[in-house]
Amino acid sequence: MANTPSFVRTQMLDPKDPPITEKGAVKWIRENLFSGWLNSILTLVSLYVIYWVLAHILPWALGGIWNAESLSECREIRDASGVGHDVACWAVIGARWHQLLFGFYPSELYWRPILALILFGVAIAPVLFDTAPRKLLIVTAIMPFAAYWLLWGGTIWGPIVTALGFVIGWAIIKYGSATLGALGATIAAIVVPLLYWLFVAGAISGALGSALPIGIESVASDRFGGFMLAIVIGVAGIVMSLPLGILLALGRQSDLFIINKCSVFFIEIIRGVPLIVWLFTASLLLNYFLPPGTNFDLMLRVIIMVTLFSSAYIAEVVRGGLAALPRGQYEGADSLGLDYWQSMQLIILPQALKISIPGIVSTFIGLFKDTTLVVFIGLLDPIGLSNAIRADAAWNGIYWELFIFIGLCFFIFCFSMSRYSMWLERKLHTGHR
Amino acid sequence: MTDAQTSNIQDREIDRSHMKVSDEVAIDISGMNKWYGTFHVLRDIDLTVYRGERIVICGPSGSGKSTLIRCINALEEHQQGKIVVDGTELSNDLKNIDKIRSEVGMCFQHFNLFPHLTILENCTLAPIWVRKTPKKEAEETAMHFLRKVKIPEQADKYPGQLSGGQQQRVAIARSLCMRPRIMLFDEPTSALDPEMIKEVLDTMIELAEEGMTMLCVTHEMGFARQVANRVIFMDAGQIVEQNEPEEFFTNPQSDRTKLFLSQILGH
Repeated sequence: MANTPSFVRTQMLDPKDPPITEKGAVKWIRENLFSGWLNSILTLVSLYVIYWVLAHILPWALGGIWNAESLSECREIRDASGVGHDVACWAVIGARWHQLLFGFYPSELYWRPILALILFGVAIAPVLFDTAPRKLLIVTAIMPFAAYWLLWGGTIWGPIVTALGFVIGWAIIKYGSATLGALGATIAAIVVPLLYWLFVAGAISGALGSALPIGIESVASDRFGGFMLAIVIGVAGIVMSLPLGILLALGRQSDLFIINKCSVFFIEIIRGVPLIVWLFTASLLLNYFLPPGTNFDLMLRVIIMVTLFSSAYIAEVVRGGLAALPRGQYEGADSLGLDYWQSMQLIILPQALKISIPGIVSTFIGLFKDTTLVVFIGLLDPIGLSNAIRADAAWNGIYWELFIFIGLCFFIFCFSMSRYSMWLERKLHTGHR
Repeated sequence: MTDAQTSNIQDREIDRSHMKVSDEVAIDISGMNKWYGTFHVLRDIDLTVYRGERIVICGPSGSGKSTLIRCINALEEHQQGKIVVDGTELSNDLKNIDKIRSEVGMCFQHFNLFPHLTILENCTLAPIWVRKTPKKEAEETAMHFLRKVKIPEQADKYPGQLSGGQQQRVAIARSLCMRPRIMLFDEPTSALDPEMIKEVLDTMIELAEEGMTMLCVTHEMGFARQVANRVIFMDAGQIVEQNEPEEFFTNPQSDRTKLFLSQILGH
């Protein structure tokens, strides 16, 4: 101590700029590309590989032929032009894009799926962005029924009578809680609409349909195809599997023995079997279990299977989010007197879902791409249609151009989902806890 | 700014004019036992808390003191005996439990604020959803209590942007917004930096001065001396000794208490 001079700082030091080599492009290049002789070599090799790939792809893609009637005509044009290399024959996209997008949907009715897609954009806006006007939620509520009616057509009474079932359930919850109690009202709100749909709805819509025949031309499921099919199955699966998955995750966390075991059983069975098996189950086996004579639309069966399949994955992703929350959040909510559903809705799920966003979105992306598997049970997804297009003698032997187009369409959808999820994560970030 | 204010509070005399213990029973615990599996954490607890009491519970770690106060608002389940809070008996009936929880405020060691909500939303959430208070009124109440804990200017921030001491004061305000008749504190200052302990203790002292019934699990013996009217010492899941603070600190009876006091006051 005796040798240490005493010191008191009288002036605090101001921060200074870092040295010039510590910032800017020079620093970035040196650190990331040429930080040592090995890395410098790897950089140069990589640059050469990138150049080589682009040198082969770009002339092929950019020099592609857009106006031709068939693959052989494409080849004639190429040979006549005298370019030394192969070129793409994009003409097939020009000739068959409507099939890739709509399948065999009647071309004079293309406005219906397009209108449905636009309406869907309006309906999803208030869900995705909290700056969108809240009144649009009305569109969101009627969207499933409107979309069904626009896509499949037929009498308007079917969707309306079906929607009425949800109104009945909502009314029971809203006005029945006082007399039936919370649990009784919840059970009634599930059972009564189910009975209504099974036994009453068909008769009502039939009677209304014959009394007031309002409707548009109906289109059968087997005419759906291409991206329209992928989007219908994908969107329906995504929209329904999220709430179902959340309920399953809560069920798996529940202390109630039967609910817990049922959720675990469901999740493990569904996840333990490949999707393709479930799709075959939907297309072949399900008919054995249904009463004879019931004609349950194949696409509807596929949508249900895809929904169940991805809800099991969502459940596990959400369970991860629930488990990541500190115990204190549950206790904080409990100590304020919030009941189970309130604390889930207000405290636990907003945080758990935020943590699970990346997992949820990759499950959705996976689901959307998995819709191509329906080709194996005879539905015409984009890949199935590319086979159908090749079956035409004019385009026999064309592969890359179709696959690139299909791949690009899928990429646009999946990439926008991924970007949205990143944006959402940033927006919901509220500090370091 | 806060420094100047808090040191004022610390230096002044504690106002005891509203600190009155009434005959009315706030919490009555009799013959309560609790096990974690086969481990007997709480053994034959009998404790009556009167309205207006300020009780400090201390003891070595693992002595069951936190578990005891967590049983009072049913964050932990007890297996035997009876707990009556404000005339309502704690049973398995969820309605009773929710009622008691909305009457009894609780502050935790790690604050347990809701990080996805602003400070104001943290404070208005329970009044709006549990008490069905209109939003505007709930916000006014919340601002009133945020002023009381001296952080009204942080109302629009998120918990993650506040210091530990500020977060704990928000947690206290959040509990007060439910207008509880009893407050439980579970080691409210144990997770805080030394510089922030004082601001939280000052808030608790103010609360005591207004006559709040308080049960505090804490190692702040200064707080116990100044504010408590009763100190309870627990060890191995039992109440070993309870007394007025002056008697408790100067003339402990049991050997276990003497050992504990010598260890925490010795350094």
